[in-house]
Amino acid sequence: MSFWSRTPDKKQKRGYWLPLLMIGIVCLLVGIYQEQLTDIYRKAVMICLECIGIG
Amino acid sequence: MKHRFGLQRIRLLFQILYTIVTNGYVYGYLQGKIYKGPLKYACVPGLNCYSCPGATFSCPLGALQAALNERQIQIPFGVLGFLFIFGSIFGRFVCGWLCPFGLFQDLLHRIPLFHKRKRLPGHKVLKYGKYLVLVGLVLVGSSVLFTGFAKIPAFCKYLYPSGTLMGAIPLLGVNEQLQSQIGGLFYWKLGILMGLVILSIKIYRPFCQYLCPLGAVYGWFNRFSLVQIHWEQDACISCDACKEACPVNLRPEQISVSAECIKCGKCISVCPTRCLHYGRKPKVEKKHGQVKDMIATKCKMEQNPNRIDKNENQ
Ligand code: SF4
Ligand code: SF4
Repeated sequence: MSFWSRTPDKKQKRGYWLPLLMIGIVCLLVGIYQEQLTDIYRKAVMICLECIGIG
Repeated sequence: MKHRFGLQRIRLLFQILYTIVTNGYVYGYLQGKIYKGPLKYACVPGLNCYSCPGATFSCPLGALQAALNERQIQIPFGVLGFLFIFGSIFGRFVCGWLCPFGLFQDLLHRIPLFHKRKRLPGHKVLKYGKYLVLVGLVLVGSSVLFTGFAKIPAFCKYLYPSGTLMGAIPLLGVNEQLQSQIGGLFYWKLGILMGLVILSIKIYRPFCQYLCPLGAVYGWFNRFSLVQIHWEQDACISCDACKEACPVNLRPEQISVSAECIKCGKCISVCPTRCLHYGRKPKVEKKHGQVKDMIATKCKMEQNPNRIDKNENQ
């Protein structure tokens, strides 16, 4: 059990959020360019039978 | 103390408003149909079953699984973009302040039944369950499991209780065509939902603590995110009021950095020296009088550690 309780305490990392946000924005732009948002839309406007426990 | 007491009311208001905005398509509930407008191009930060008749946006996990369900898997940049943007800004603040299924569990936990517990026995191991669900069901399961020739969104199909609650039950309530197709899978998922409902009355947010893959993702972002709760260690008098108030039992040095912290702010509301706060700017100004007051409080507590009336500070 000691393995699980040995996790060291972490510290807040200030300023890391900005590069991570940039990565997010770049990924989103690439996703838009590759028309992946259209794929998201196509799935989201159909009732997913599996998701509601029928399919 | 009044304005700090109000923080939890503001949080409740945020949760309700967010739920209405993301699941408030009333026409869908009445007709047993789902919204098909342009808002569904975008994912929202929290879990949001897009087969729910009220859903106005897409769900990041549903979209991720849909991308992995494609015959030729490509890197799902769009969904990753949403996850990085929400994660880098909010971390698990999304869980504490926005997610509708989090609100549902919060409300269940308020029901005055059973002796309340913060965690399940074996929490130190069980908390890794959400990572197992993320890897096993969302990433691997959705990439390799098939029904016939089609891949399946394994997490939504076998586990996702919010889909049963917000999608299946309202849709089946009014859509007779769907009612005729109910089978074993539906009862399996209904069983999971009922089990979690009962568990949530006793344990604080069991789904969020042990099963939610989105909580696992945002947990990783927690200590990097813009929204943070800051702990001014110098002003802390080690009274443990925050740990006692914390629904997931975190120590002050774990606040906001632990992947388990949902940034709900309950610890802020009870801190007697106000050394916890959202944002960067220190609230404890080192003015002569205030420092003296704090030292006096600390001295009194050392003489009698039970001095702080917890009820007064809740
Ligand atoms: S852990 Fe999951 S269900 Fe819980 S609040 Fe976060 S996103 Fe919502
Ligand atoms: S440490 Fe504070 S903000 Fe985090 S979950 Fe506990 S009470 Fe909420």
